[in-house]
Amino acid sequence: MPKRDYTNGLPDPAELKEELLKKYPRKVAKKRAKSMVTNNPAESKEILANVRTVPGIITQRGCTYAGCKGVVLGPTRDIINLVHGPIGCSFYAWLTRRNQTRAMEGDPNFITYAFSTDMQDENIVFGGEKKLKEAIREAFENFHPTSIGIFSTCPVGLIGDDVHSVARDMKAELGINIFGFSCEGYRGVSQSAGHHIANNGIFKHVVGNEDRERTGKYQVNLLGEYNIGGDAFEIEALFEEIGVTLISTYSGNSTVESFAYSHTADLNMVMCHRSINYIAEMMEEKYGIPWFKVNFIGAESTAKSLRKMAEYFGDSEMIAKVEEVIAREMLKVKAVAEAVKPKVEGKLAMMFVGGSRAHHYQDLFRELGVKTVSAGYEFAHRDDYEGREVIPSIKIDADTRNIEDLVVTKDDTRYREDLAEKKAKLEESGYEFKDYKGMMPDMQKNALVIDDVNHWETEKLIEFYKPDIFCAGIKEKYVVQKYGVPLKQLHSYDYGGPYAAFGGAINFYKEMERMLATDVWKLVDAPWKHEPEIVGCVTVDA
Amino acid sequence: MRKIAIYGKGGIGKSTTTQNTVAGLVEAGKKIKVVGCDPKADSTRLLLGGLAQKTVLDTLREEGEDIDLDDIVKEGYGGVRCVESGGPEPGVGCAGRGIITSINLLEQLGAWDESYNIDYTFYDVLGDVVCGGFAMPIREGKAEEIYIVVSGEMMAMYAANNICKGIKKYAQAGAVRLGGLICNSRKVDNEREMIEELARQLGTKLIHFVPRDNMVQQAEIHRKTVIEFKPQHVQADEYRALAKAIDENEMFVIPEPLEMDDLEKLLIDFGIAS
Repeated sequence: MPKRDYTNGLPDPAELKEELLKKYPRKVAKKRAKSMVTNNPAESKEILANVRTVPGIITQRGCTYAGCKGVVLGPTRDIINLVHGPIGCSFYAWLTRRNQTRAMEGDPNFITYAFSTDMQDENIVFGGEKKLKEAIREAFENFHPTSIGIFSTCPVGLIGDDVHSVARDMKAELGINIFGFSCEGYRGVSQSAGHHIANNGIFKHVVGNEDRERTGKYQVNLLGEYNIGGDAFEIEALFEEIGVTLISTYSGNSTVESFAYSHTADLNMVMCHRSINYIAEMMEEKYGIPWFKVNFIGAESTAKSLRKMAEYFGDSEMIAKVEEVIAREMLKVKAVAEAVKPKVEGKLAMMFVGGSRAHHYQDLFRELGVKTVSAGYEFAHRDDYEGREVIPSIKIDADTRNIEDLVVTKDDTRYREDLAEKKAKLEESGYEFKDYKGMMPDMQKNALVIDDVNHWETEKLIEFYKPDIFCAGIKEKYVVQKYGVPLKQLHSYDYGGPYAAFGGAINFYKEMERMLATDVWKLVDAPWKHEPEIVGCVTVDA
Repeated sequence: MRKIAIYGKGGIGKSTTTQNTVAGLVEAGKKIKVVGCDPKADSTRLLLGGLAQKTVLDTLREEGEDIDLDDIVKEGYGGVRCVESGGPEPGVGCAGRGIITSINLLEQLGAWDESYNIDYTFYDVLGDVVCGGFAMPIREGKAEEIYIVVSGEMMAMYAANNICKGIKKYAQAGAVRLGGLICNSRKVDNEREMIEELARQLGTKLIHFVPRDNMVQQAEIHRKTVIEFKPQHVQADEYRALAKAIDENEMFVIPEPLEMDDLEKLLIDFGIAS
């Protein structure tokens, strides 16, 4: 079939949607229909998100434990992340996202280790608390960490091991910070529940533990940046040059030590809204630190985010420095973009990933003239699609109630009245805080937005749109590639990266040139397309 | 070998009834094995004359995988081979998983080896069917005949009906069948008739009505079955009759559990009509 021509806009995907839904039983079709929205940036449309996947559907989603241990705390280097459970949960959550970290010489770095209580049948039958305590003692004796986090896997919740009381006992015994997470895999509809549980745990047990003296004139935290493939290093270098002191990142290239004094920042900047907005909100309520949304994926987005930060501090020297850096970096970026763009312009991309990446990476593709025809998140909520203004109208279901919602009150001695005032003043001039507009307003008319896309839908989407590149994760990679469509993993970046900030944009352009400006995917055909897989013969005795 | 599991509401008298019935079968010359599937490990107390038994799970925990069958199987009254599965302290771990582990271990160790010439294995299972682990004896053909101990009290009948749901579920895929109801009398009005009707509606029968007698309590205090403690007593004959009824039973069915409304109606018809 010839490729569709989308130069005059995207076609109405009504027919495709109908075909996708036709396959399902009536009730399932009704539910899935609400998670598929034909985009119109001019009007707000409701999408069904953060609801349970129908059993039997092959989903992209991960579990609550993966969100808590793997995503949020996995990249932090000075904590021993001890998994309480059978060994598989620990092993398969071990560095799979390629989070990088840079420890100073002599500083602790445990992320290259996998810690587990390795529960056996006996621990399931008689309870695993004793073994957990022994594991904590052993980890302490061997590594002398300053903190240990305990992560509950599914069986822990089933047999009722109380990880929180074990944490309290061991904290008293060893004199270091020890805390537990009830992040059993089945606790929420996706890994999103795990992010929330991790946010709560860090806020409760770590943030505010140390009132460190100021070390910089302008202190910021970067939230929701996980240093995959070295992304954080790119951003850190920019901050340093501009003269902003990065207190802590949640949680790329981070330490628990820095979380403990992260409440001394003057500003929180949120990258991945889905996974980390909870901490941003709680830090504002308790300490008065304002937050706004940034995006360092894409050169233009990076420039925009840097300008917004400089404007917040209102320091003319910093504003000038930001402009100088942007001008210098944009020259390099544009040079590469100009070389690559003619080779890839007009190509089609689809991305189904994460809770922010499916949005952020559209910016990078736009810079190359690559169109996003269809996109969606794995585990996002309605606000990540439609914008934060819909939050009051989001239905709070039983699955959401299942996760603790921390009640945070103002810390009278440490609340930053000066920052609250600064925020109010800036808002008067139209400067926006807590400002996530979501993915849908940034997408083209008629682009098909799908939440929690599944296997069947993925295949049909590929047949319909014939995309030139598909962005997702390892579970989708090889199925998609068997269709002759290259897949870029946005969870781990395959073997590449960094893709953040200006240097990252250049890397990404080159990667897209490598993946898109090639006919290699069309040169090889699957052998079974031409020859039957199984050949049989029948002998007939006459 | 016949493989029997005794279920019923907690406190209904499963262990007492099982052991007294086993004593009746022993008298009739049968070779028997009793597997207690209750973390309290009190299913073989009357046969062993006390709680001296070391459980399978405790042994497994203390001695590791290298276990001798003799460590966990004890001979009791009339040569009955007694095993206690055991389990965790109340409030920790998973007793259901413990039962699975323990029965698997017994099988591995050859507890049912032909040389023992066992005629009957009895599984005495804790309470209601609370989860997959406690249903273990009726899964995978461990037990093939189920007897439910019940009384004329509402909650006992409710539990019996629930257990039937479990049996029905596993019966469709395996060999497990319901052998009948054992009424352990609580002296409620029209008790025998009511349980007979319940049995009829479930598609089974009342296999024996065991009257209430303080002799059972007396024997228990002395850590003995009634048959051992007072062989001449009328209550001993009741257990002999129950043992005989089980031995001669040929009616094995897939039960049809009642709807809640039908169960309530049964209670009103027999309980209030008196």
